Amino acid sequence: MTDTAQAQRPHTVYFFGTCLIDLFYPNAGLAGMELLQRQGLKVVFPQKQTCCGQPARNNGYQDEARMVARLQLDAFPGDWPIVVPSGSCAGMMKTHYPELFEGTPDHARAVAFSARVYELTQFLVDVLGVTLVDKGEKITVTWHPSCHSQREMGVREQPKALLRQLANVTLIENPREAECCGFGGAFAVRQAEISAAMVTDKVASIAETGAAEVLSGDCGCLMNITGAAGKSRKAFTGRHIAEFLLERCHGR
Amino acid sequence: MAAEALKSDFGGKAHIALNDPKLRANFRRAMDGLMTKRAAQFADADEWNALRARGAAVRARALAQLPELLERLEARCQANGIQVHWAETTAEANAIVLGILQAAGAKRVIKGKSMVTEEMHLNAHLEAHGIAAVESDLGEYIIQLAGEAPSHIVMPCIHKNKVEIAELFADKIEGQAYTENVDELTAAARKALRGRFADADAGISGVNFAVAETGTLVLIENEGNGRLSTTLPPLHIAVTGIEKVLEKLEDVPPLLSLLPRSATGQPITTYVNMITSPRKAGEKDGPKAVHLVLLDNGRSRVYGDSELSDTLRCIRCAACMNHCPVYTRVGGHTYTFTYPGPIGKILTPQLEGLDCAGDQPHASTLCRACADVCPVQIPIPDLLVRLRTEAVHPSATAGVKGGGSAQSLSESLGWRGYTAMYGSPLIYRVVTRLMGLFGNWVPASAPMLKQWTSVRTKPKFAAKSLHQLAREKGFSHD
Amino acid sequence: MTDPRERILARLKAAPKRPIPECPAWSAPTYGADERKAKFRAMLEASHADVHEVTAADWPDRLKAILAAKGVRSMLYAPDSAAGRQLAAGWTGDFALVPYDHPVEDMKEILVTGVDAALTTAEAAIAQTGSLVLWPSADEPRLMSLLPPIHVALVAEETLADSLAEILTAQNWAASMPTNAVLISGPSKTADIEQTLAYGVHGPKELIVLLLNAGDGR
Repeated sequence: MTDTAQAQRPHTVYFFGTCLIDLFYPNAGLAGMELLQRQGLKVVFPQKQTCCGQPARNNGYQDEARMVARLQLDAFPGDWPIVVPSGSCAGMMKTHYPELFEGTPDHARAVAFSARVYELTQFLVDVLGVTLVDKGEKITVTWHPSCHSQREMGVREQPKALLRQLANVTLIENPREAECCGFGGAFAVRQAEISAAMVTDKVASIAETGAAEVLSGDCGCLMNITGAAGKSRKAFTGRHIAEFLLERCHGR
Repeated sequence: MAAEALKSDFGGKAHIALNDPKLRANFRRAMDGLMTKRAAQFADADEWNALRARGAAVRARALAQLPELLERLEARCQANGIQVHWAETTAEANAIVLGILQAAGAKRVIKGKSMVTEEMHLNAHLEAHGIAAVESDLGEYIIQLAGEAPSHIVMPCIHKNKVEIAELFADKIEGQAYTENVDELTAAARKALRGRFADADAGISGVNFAVAETGTLVLIENEGNGRLSTTLPPLHIAVTGIEKVLEKLEDVPPLLSLLPRSATGQPITTYVNMITSPRKAGEKDGPKAVHLVLLDNGRSRVYGDSELSDTLRCIRCAACMNHCPVYTRVGGHTYTFTYPGPIGKILTPQLEGLDCAGDQPHASTLCRACADVCPVQIPIPDLLVRLRTEAVHPSATAGVKGGGSAQSLSESLGWRGYTAMYGSPLIYRVVTRLMGLFGNWVPASAPMLKQWTSVRTKPKFAAKSLHQLAREKGFSHD
Repeated sequence: MTDPRERILARLKAAPKRPIPECPAWSAPTYGADERKAKFRAMLEASHADVHEVTAADWPDRLKAILAAKGVRSMLYAPDSAAGRQLAAGWTGDFALVPYDHPVEDMKEILVTGVDAALTTAEAAIAQTGSLVLWPSADEPRLMSLLPPIHVALVAEETLADSLAEILTAQNWAASMPTNAVLISGPSKTADIEQTLAYGVHGPKELIVLLLNAGDGR
């Protein structure tokens, strides 16, 4: 996914907020948009957007996924980059839209759409090459990469590179960071006990780093991890990286 | 025994495994070790990418020509003096093996490790006909003594620790004192099995690669039991799935460089055994007769779908299960059938039917760890989704056994609700507004939330959605 | 009723035809002349084998000394191989030489439990993986490298290749595969019990490689 580095710096970007952020973590979405805005970009948030269609696709309902995905194709008609504060939703749109629309009249449109999709930290680093100035107190954090940000979007180093720019932030890497947290959408309900075992292990591995806060680029993982950390009264908190960066650099 | 209908119960078996701390510790430790060793083998990303691209292409080329290559393999083997048999079902394969043994008057069989014969439940079939088949791979021998099935396709007894094995040996091997010393346990197995090799009337093995060009059967192993089983007894029967064929001998090196490194993090196995014919005149050892049994058991049906047939590229390295966060926690027996882990989750429902193993494709978070490490680039997560789709919306062409068996009115109504909400900006706006206002009133004991809140706090709906906030903050919307 | 073969092949042939993909470029690693031997030794030793550099003249004495130090009482050898003849010619009786001169059926007990070691030659060796290439023959049967607890292999340095891929192509194996060809990369081993390595589970517990220095011939 290194082709992103060649992308020209645009003046306007679309923002796809994701349905999970919309309902549960709107501040993470707002923070993402503000970070982009403070880079001098015009940020467009189409009000017609809803969900990327991944839940339907992953559960085997391709017609339903296509129906919802088509609405997103309609909602982002311009040729601006589409920035997504979730590796999972970005992965759906980037890697699965072309195959989802294979053999339909919308295929060409889906391919063009997918080429415009960026995960937020990927966009900040690879396209904008942002420089961050830390204004916050000393803190230790750890990073949780979502499975799809790592393995569908190829986003591995970008978020850590951003955190390492912050003078007062110490990033402690979790030796088990690459392992799935056990969310997996419907999996958390269909195989609730396995999911519970996975998130319990994930939370323990985060606690072992001693970090005060776990950061992630995906609110699905965060809902799972902070939910389990809260229930088991772990000492760390968790947040979307966009909120953290905005607070560190712009005091918000 | 083989005819007994098994049904997957992933959740139920996972419950038992998850509540067995010893089992979980055994798997976690083993998988951590295997992952570390594999990573050390493929530290050079360029080398890995070039090698696996080659490996995937070699397998894809073989599958693209599968019927022709099988015919060529058969002809070459026969020219070399190896007798070839075809079996459509496991029952047919069992009957063929039994027939060969009976014709030779064989009563005692020594076995090298073979997952296909596990798939056939061959040992039970032979036993029912008065033929004793002794497993000689140490791991297989251990689980045979314990009366269990393999829990891993490369390391069959990985679910057991040395204390359990020490107890088992002291109990089952005559004259064996209790010891947890691994060298002593290994020596005990050598001693117990040496005579079985010498006495055996026949050896049965699997096959890693069957080379059509030369009619060569390639078997890899570390212990020497595979070589012994295929060299010392006067009769050798090799059993393989029809997908294991390779076009050329030159296809072996890249796969040989992928398989042990992916499996156990070894650069190569101790032995790479290439068998091309029975004992020739003047030769002093080797079996006088060699048979090759080609088993279909549903593979030709899998082959009929150009996407799902990628399943057949598998070279059985087990890297997918070694890296699977689900397998690591529930172990191999949770999968009920012969092939556990991610490869099992795509293979079993195709061989056995979605009506009997339809829960397996759903027992995954689609984390893609398996796809990352697969040496032949099988897109396992995408095939899991494809099988989930076939279970509710069977395609006319694929003909997956049990396709459509998960269709349910309530579920499809649920998804109709999903499209109604997320397919219309207006309805979406109303519903999110309502959820923001009232969503937090839903009790933690509500269906689905109940499972979620068993180990997690209840998620909190935001008072205002991002859509609302974006409007209020003046983010332009077109 | 048609037979299973016909039905299986018919189903496979009825499947949609798929393109035969090109094989992307790949080459096995290559080594410089000095590097090659070092790699071979390092890989074999990492696999728990002993490597001794010998000459055409001194290898029988070296072999005797090595095995005598291990308390070997008898060694299986191939009386009709070049190495076997050289060894037997000057034998002084430090321990017994047992010839593999009858079919396995006639000497099974000796082979299975009656000898402490065996000597074979290797056709070639592979640096990449630290492997010996054996093509057992009527003179040097398969079980020699498998049944006795110690396997001694004599291999000439000039046969050392970089990789299996190189050997397969250079020697055109596809044209003439023997009854059995085997790559050996260390003593027999297992890690089936708690991933703890243990040697000699079914095959030899020790592998001793005598590397005949280049230029000395055989």
